Amino acid sequence: MNYEISKEPINIQQVIDKVIQREAGAITTFIGTVRELTYGKKTLFLIYEAYEAMAVKKLEQIGTEIGERWKGSKVAITHRVGKLDITDVAVVIAVSTPHRADAYDANRYAIERIKEIVPIWKKEHWEDGEEWMGNQLETVVYPSGKPEERDLHE
Amino acid sequence: MNKVLFFAHLRDAVGEDYITLNASGKTVADLKIELSTVYNLPKLDTVMTAINEEFAANDEVILEGDVIAFIPPVSGG
Repeated sequence: MNYEISKEPINIQQVIDKVIQREAGAITTFIGTVRELTYGKKTLFLIYEAYEAMAVKKLEQIGTEIGERWKGSKVAITHRVGKLDITDVAVVIAVSTPHRADAYDANRYAIERIKEIVPIWKKEHWEDGEEWMGNQLETVVYPSGKPEERDLHE
Repeated sequence: MNKVLFFAHLRDAVGEDYITLNASGKTVADLKIELSTVYNLPKLDTVMTAINEEFAANDEVILEGDVIAFIPPVSGG
């Protein structure tokens, strides 16, 4: 169970422990947290929602992609859903690799891919309203109805 | 029959987590047009589609029993 959607607060150490391996010389951990201010606008809290079955599959896909690009890597990702307050942990990504540069690169790759292909959404609640986030400015369109080949297999 | 799942702002617009209908033989694009008319949905150009938990193209044909999900632009992380 290296890829999980959690309704409970994430135990960071448990995610890290999943990637411990004798071959590793480095483990990088990314902890995504709920930010209070975005361009001066104050967030009160967030609601995260997932299409859980598919989200887990897509997290696994990201792990597979990382395994192909960075040999000897081990990955674990847990994403939280439900109501999160400011400073709460929304996502934890742990990557171990034989050498440190790969651990940084692969971890960065994981978070960028999550933002492209994993069906998870957040709803921002402000003092004066609420809104589902995502690319609602329509600067990204999917002419074929799904992520482009680059998004799926890069 | 086919189960069609909605998430985030699409679920709010439809007012249901899912609906059940017969979409077999239709393409994803056909179904998008049909549902956006019935539920007066905002533009679905930015909405991705999954069939049985895997991304599917607009020209893919839906089969009996397939579970369809409309995936608005994601915002995890």
